[in-house]
Amino acid sequence: MENIAALSVLLAFCFAIYSVLASVIGKLTKRPFLTVSAERAVYSIWVLVTIAAGILIYSLMSGDYRMAYVAHYTNRAMPTIYKYTAWWGGQEGSLLFWNWLLATYGAVVVFKNRRKFREIMPYVIAVMMTTQVFFLTLIVFIESPFKVLMAGKRVIDVGDGQGLSALLQYWTMVIHPPMLYLGYVGFIVPFAFAIGSLIAKQPGEAWIATTRRWTLVTWMFQTTGVLLGAGWAYAVLGWGGYWGWDPVENASLLPWITATAFLHSVMMQEKKGMMKVWNMVLVSATFFLCIFGTFLTRSGIVNSVHAFSQGPIGMYFVVFLSIGIAATVTLIVSRLDFLKSEAQMESVLSRESSFLFNNLVLLASCFAILWGTLFPVISEKFTGEKISVDAPFFNKINIPIALFLLFLTGVGPLIAWRKSSFDSLRRAFLWPTIAGTVVAAGLVALGVRSFYATVSFGLCAFVLVSVAMEFVKGANAIASKDRASFIASVMELTHRNTRRYGGYLVHVGVVIMFIGFTGKAFDQQMTVEISKGDVVALGKYTLRLTDIQVGQNDNYRWQRISVDASKNGEHVGTLEPEKRLYLAKKEPASEVAIRRRPNEDLYINFAGLSDDGERVVLQAYVFPLVSWIWMGYWVVLSGTIICLIPSKSRLIYPRTEVVGISGKHAKV
Amino acid sequence: MKIYLKFGFLIVAILGTLLWLAMGGISETKTYYKTIAELNQLGDSGKDHRLRVGGDVADSIHRDGREVRFSLTQDKLVLPVVYSGIEPLPDTFKPGAQALADGKLGADGVFHATKIQAKCASKYEAKPIQAPVAAPRASL
Repeated sequence: MENIAALSVLLAFCFAIYSVLASVIGKLTKRPFLTVSAERAVYSIWVLVTIAAGILIYSLMSGDYRMAYVAHYTNRAMPTIYKYTAWWGGQEGSLLFWNWLLATYGAVVVFKNRRKFREIMPYVIAVMMTTQVFFLTLIVFIESPFKVLMAGKRVIDVGDGQGLSALLQYWTMVIHPPMLYLGYVGFIVPFAFAIGSLIAKQPGEAWIATTRRWTLVTWMFQTTGVLLGAGWAYAVLGWGGYWGWDPVENASLLPWITATAFLHSVMMQEKKGMMKVWNMVLVSATFFLCIFGTFLTRSGIVNSVHAFSQGPIGMYFVVFLSIGIAATVTLIVSRLDFLKSEAQMESVLSRESSFLFNNLVLLASCFAILWGTLFPVISEKFTGEKISVDAPFFNKINIPIALFLLFLTGVGPLIAWRKSSFDSLRRAFLWPTIAGTVVAAGLVALGVRSFYATVSFGLCAFVLVSVAMEFVKGANAIASKDRASFIASVMELTHRNTRRYGGYLVHVGVVIMFIGFTGKAFDQQMTVEISKGDVVALGKYTLRLTDIQVGQNDNYRWQRISVDASKNGEHVGTLEPEKRLYLAKKEPASEVAIRRRPNEDLYINFAGLSDDGERVVLQAYVFPLVSWIWMGYWVVLSGTIICLIPSKSRLIYPRTEVVGISGKHAKV
Repeated sequence: MKIYLKFGFLIVAILGTLLWLAMGGISETKTYYKTIAELNQLGDSGKDHRLRVGGDVADSIHRDGREVRFSLTQDKLVLPVVYSGIEPLPDTFKPGAQALADGKLGADGVFHATKIQAKCASKYEAKPIQAPVAAPRASL
């Protein structure tokens, strides 16, 4: 079995090399059959990698404990679903998973464009398959998931394995890695098209139009992945935070930031033919940051809580990244003439300018995070001392950036293209500004003393009102013309320009998330040591320890406490946090208990039990508004999905130049 | 040309503010990595810095109310540590685990930690599962 799998990935490796060569040579020597055979090779690679992945999954599920990977990451007592997720639980398997996703994307791209973009496609294939060659190299020659355990020359079956890390045995870990990887790997498609169009000197608009959906879909996956990670940290790690600026978290955020910047600045290119070089840089940066993130997680160059085991693969990533970046930079520089901007900035008070500043601060944030993450490495190089920076550094710089971005979110829709007069600005900004000021002043009056929290809530109101005005204005116009109800008009309006109004909905989701983030300013916490029957108070809550229990099942041994919670004297429920000891890995894990409510979460962690089993160390937290983050996510998701639905306006109003947004994009 | 000046001015202002914030952030939170051996040779000047020191957690961990006392060992050197942070200790923190402690070295030679990180279990290489198992080898 494992021989067949290893053979499949080896064959896939050969096919990938063939595919790169055949598609480029076929294009250059004008031999279409070679290009076609390169495309077929892409399908074959998918089949081969799928076979290998299928065999690994089968071995994991059936418990083939002759295989090193199976024995290392699963054990008999584990629930079946986690045996499956062990596929990406370890270094080798997750690299196979990467390969499989990449092969899948490759096959889909080739299939969808089998009759389109004949000029670009050979290069697109070459870029994607070069990456495939690199990742296949890793699992074929360096970190093979198909090793068997040997004693001397004899293959041995160890009977049972060590099990998956306890922290990973949690439901979000079933979908978090696939989502993040889908986002990571998916960004190769816009990148490949961008490079393809540069090499073939195709007009820039072609690749943007084709990859628009890809970009949005992968962005959606990245967003989902990052937030699932945050949700996992919140519910599993026991300290109640959802973001700790850990290197690995940062690695997942970096490409997300550049992708977000790209989604915005690409509109400038579509509508005005501006920022062409910049978009090339952003799409390449996103792709390389995805690879860099994979590298950071696996190479162990920076200390992280949840890095994979240090492997010898770091060097390979460095080489791949250096060659890739050098090649991309050379290509962009050699095509600068071709990327000339078609328009100039006309005013600081214009929508162009709001996009420009959006991009500027997003990139500044990205750079600051990258700098902070790599600070130990950089400082050791230059001063000889290994110095790290901590969460306060990241917060200090990113909170103002985030607030500025929030402000721009409100400004963007209201400000005109090209140039805005002060008069029109005053009319457009009157209500949003009033709303923001009222909210901020109200909070100060209520006794809120946190500067950032006040500003943040004020800006949230500002953005919400400005977005609401856009919907009301548009819907009223339709309502009066078509005599439709307001709700129907909003639907019609959204349907006419899904990208614009879907985008607004994404912004609303972001605002809701910001409300959740801002709740952090009002956290309450305590750590106490108590015995059965003791009562402690935290804010409006009183907590009483009613019971301490112990028990055991096949997978883990557990200690559980029961805490009766009352709010303002009224019983609101019993929380039962647990401590577990996973038997196979002898690894402890805490299961926190959370009472989730829209206004605040009550979060209890069972931190420890004294040796006599009588006294409990209890950590209790109140986290206001945390649930808004997860609610905001669903709004962002719906907004993104609306953006993906084709606009009706394309059919009804072709080439209207008047409105700017709804008109100009209609021609593609 | 005037428009470029305006943009230039705004961009410099924004980046300048951010740079200033970043510098402040770095000087506030920078933490020096030291080994236990280096800690022992640290002069008085070094005692003001925030330090990060790594080692293996020794066998006995004492909980004393909110304080946790334990020792880190590295190459037979031992460093007593008192942890009094607000965050709970990670689950992976246990005797024998590799841990990183952030904090300051007291005059008494005890390290006062405010943050403890323990390396995640997935980072450990496989311990031999059965006694005479040779290193796993590729099947190809």
